Amino acid sequence: MTASGHHSISRRALVAGTAAGTAPIHGEAGAQSVSAPHGTPGSPEATTAQISLRVNGQSRNLALDPRTTLLDALREHLRLTGSKKGCDHGQCGACTVIVEGRRIYSCLTLAVMHDGDAVTTIEGIGRPGHLHPMQAAFVSHDGYQCGYCTPGQVCASVAMLDEIRAGVPSHVTADLMAPPQVTAEEIRERMSGNICRCGAYSNIVDAIVEVAGRPG
Amino acid sequence: MKFDAPASDNPIDRLKVVGQPVDRIDGPRKTTGTAPYAYERHEVVPNQAYGHVLGAGIAKGRITAIDASAAKAAPGVLAVVTTLDMPRLEKGVTNTASLFGGPDIQHYHQAIAVVVAESFEQARDAAAMIRVGYAPQRGRFDLTAEAPKAELASADSGAPPQEDRVGDFEGAFAQAAIRLDETYSTPDQSHAMMEPHATIAAWEGEKLTIWTSNQMIAWGKRDLARTLGLPAENVRVDSPFVGGGFGGKLFLRADAVLAALGARAAGRPVKVALTRPLMANNTTHRPATIQHIRIGAAPDGRITAIAHVSLSGDLEDGGPETAVAQTKLLYAGRNRLTALRLAVLDLPEGNAMRAPGEAPGLMALEVAMDEMAERLGMDPIEFRVVNDTQVDPDDPDRPFSQRQLIECLRHGAQRFDWSRRAATPGQRREGRWLLGMGVAVGFRNNLVMASGARVRLDRDRGVTVETDMTDIGTGSYTIIAQTAAEMMGVSLDKVTVHLGDSSFPASAGSGGQWGGNSATAGVYAACVKLREAVAGRLGFNSAEAEFVEGMVRAGNRGVRLGDAAGADGLTAEDKMEYGDLAKRYQQSTFAGHFVEVAVDAATGESRVRRMLAVCAAGRILNPKSARSQVIGAMTMGVGAALMEELAVDTRRGFFVNHDLAGYEVPVCADIPHQEVIFLDEVDPISSPMKAKGVGELGICGVGAAVANAIYNATGVRVRHYPITLDKLLEGLPATM
Repeated sequence: MTASGHHSISRRALVAGTAAGTAPIHGEAGAQSVSAPHGTPGSPEATTAQISLRVNGQSRNLALDPRTTLLDALREHLRLTGSKKGCDHGQCGACTVIVEGRRIYSCLTLAVMHDGDAVTTIEGIGRPGHLHPMQAAFVSHDGYQCGYCTPGQVCASVAMLDEIRAGVPSHVTADLMAPPQVTAEEIRERMSGNICRCGAYSNIVDAIVEVAGRPG
Repeated sequence: MKFDAPASDNPIDRLKVVGQPVDRIDGPRKTTGTAPYAYERHEVVPNQAYGHVLGAGIAKGRITAIDASAAKAAPGVLAVVTTLDMPRLEKGVTNTASLFGGPDIQHYHQAIAVVVAESFEQARDAAAMIRVGYAPQRGRFDLTAEAPKAELASADSGAPPQEDRVGDFEGAFAQAAIRLDETYSTPDQSHAMMEPHATIAAWEGEKLTIWTSNQMIAWGKRDLARTLGLPAENVRVDSPFVGGGFGGKLFLRADAVLAALGARAAGRPVKVALTRPLMANNTTHRPATIQHIRIGAAPDGRITAIAHVSLSGDLEDGGPETAVAQTKLLYAGRNRLTALRLAVLDLPEGNAMRAPGEAPGLMALEVAMDEMAERLGMDPIEFRVVNDTQVDPDDPDRPFSQRQLIECLRHGAQRFDWSRRAATPGQRREGRWLLGMGVAVGFRNNLVMASGARVRLDRDRGVTVETDMTDIGTGSYTIIAQTAAEMMGVSLDKVTVHLGDSSFPASAGSGGQWGGNSATAGVYAACVKLREAVAGRLGFNSAEAEFVEGMVRAGNRGVRLGDAAGADGLTAEDKMEYGDLAKRYQQSTFAGHFVEVAVDAATGESRVRRMLAVCAAGRILNPKSARSQVIGAMTMGVGAALMEELAVDTRRGFFVNHDLAGYEVPVCADIPHQEVIFLDEVDPISSPMKAKGVGELGICGVGAAVANAIYNATGVRVRHYPITLDKLLEGLPATM
């Protein structure tokens, strides 16, 4: 791919540059702080990829720099800013969206890898005045504070309950032969990929338990 | 309006809306992702370009050269601004290290360049092409090594540094029947809020607007103007939603400065978010402490001598972590010594993080109290009860405005089944798990700050409140709406609240757990003025006028409130200011924190099983959002106890684990169901709201309660946080 090729050239040039001692650099700091000139940038047009996503039921065509993550495609190009960027490294879960029925970190995948995929973002889950039951439960249980991780928590919760219904086991599932149950322990384990630094976990679990316990 | 005498009866006391556990009014926006945070405000200004910040690769020294030619030539790049393009910028009042400008490097990842490009990817890529030459200097990075050179420091930057003494500590300690003399340490910690520091900046001639993420709008406006050399009236700051702060967004930071500089260079609006790996070293953190505690007591448990000396480090011209603050006030004892010592370090800037001072201070003091209780053969709760004081121990003529600490502990003990705790450690076992219970006191002073608001009444649109107060997850939108609804006698849905814009009246802002009480008191003041305006327009005597259920009534007359507004509406603006009640009374908040842990007897892994906080913190304006403040703080307290530590590279001078994979914070699986109880309390000394802060009280003492529970479970006393399993393994009882 263009993106990875580009990066490998940069890295090689970096090593060469360091070895030649091109700048007044001190020891180890040099290796960390020097970057060599760009390899073969090419024209912007040459590195644009055409893709199509089905986002919240609507077909969206995009011409993207192949380096664009799915998260930035949503936030910066489609202006669906409900999905949040907390770390951009797959460490926090604020960017969680549902792709082809499964929750993923949208910062950790490139948009070009999802050509033709169905993506559900928080905007497709519910909106003010028409809240999804999970969103309503988050409100009534105060399962959020600053609100920045919340769309990711809601998307993860909805998809997580589907995973339990589908029989997908987790680290805390005691009996792998029996269908997993919706317990607080299962919820805590399965929701641990979504950090809430405000610390609303106790309320988030209560909200999910309430929704999971509803008939249907 | 000036608050200089204890509050009497006022419309807030009706508690029709205030004090009710209503859902947050911003809940639907936050749960649907439609609440707008700084970086994503595409609509506020067109043609936004992307800025990417480069941080220094050394901790101390000088930049000898920067070659940005490749970056400037890279695709999509609009401008590159480097720190060599300008002299060091003037610091904001609240900044210790410079945010930009000049060749000198004061700490690792200090900002040295911003690249502006058409796209995020182009800006990031071009930033990696900048070549920087450094002449590093030797730095001071190891707090323990610098301890001998540390000097006395003052908690108040203006006051001369001195030891704080009452009586004769040394003499009384030498004679005490039971003594403790131990040293504790807490590591550097990171706020690690979920939303990175982010700003969109746009210039219109010499006027600058930033849409940013900041807890203190007025400070941010002042310091941005100062840093860029602009008149303050040319700067507007807007921050309606803040994705977490915890003190990390109290101050102007590099994102705002570099968005503004980048926008000026590129000639168009620019948005900048600090990348996650930049945040720990570029911004502020809670400084590490080494705390020396000595307690002497009589055999009956009465403390006769108490000393607490805390050492921390910071950059030159920085300040100490005030970890002895609570020790001045929490327990009785005639002979006392507290002192702060400060070492100069070349690590990133230390500054406030949730409950600065008390949070790390209580992590040490409340373990020391647990140790003392054991030496005395007393229950840890009884030991604290015996040493309660209802007056400031330094000044017995100065009472606490309210102090229900004993009630917090007694109530909590009953609720938590404290009687099931084994007095001897390592006694309770459940399969491979060792079980233990711990208690610690939570204590945090209540601060009040001047705060203003503007309130508008319209015939058909109800009541609108405008103030530059921020909501950082604390529930400000909701409690401000509750306050206005109560004062004007309308339902909550008739109130609209606009926050975080520097064009609104300046507020207390969000910090030091003063925001909730102070900001609502400001809204109270504006509403008093609006009520007078309404009464005046209707020809009512304002003292007699009642505002109830959307009506204004006086005698046998009643008018619909909206009709009083007239076609043009009515607007009132005021602020609440404070007299000397805080000098005459000690205002503090109290909690009893109870924790049960299970420690794996073989691996030393600690799991928190139960948590309870019983809080006494004045009137609780909204029990639902206040409880959330407390459980969130309890969660951060578990992090401090068990996992949070910025690892210092003492050779190269930086925090190594500078992202959310390396810097571990609690996740859902780490936190059990949490219980919070608020004792009935109103504090008329604090404000007309009769409320106090609660957002920081929740973290104070939690870490020690966890540590004490781990000791009770295992018999291993760990005095150096975080309590990771490697510190327990050797001392664990033999496995089954």
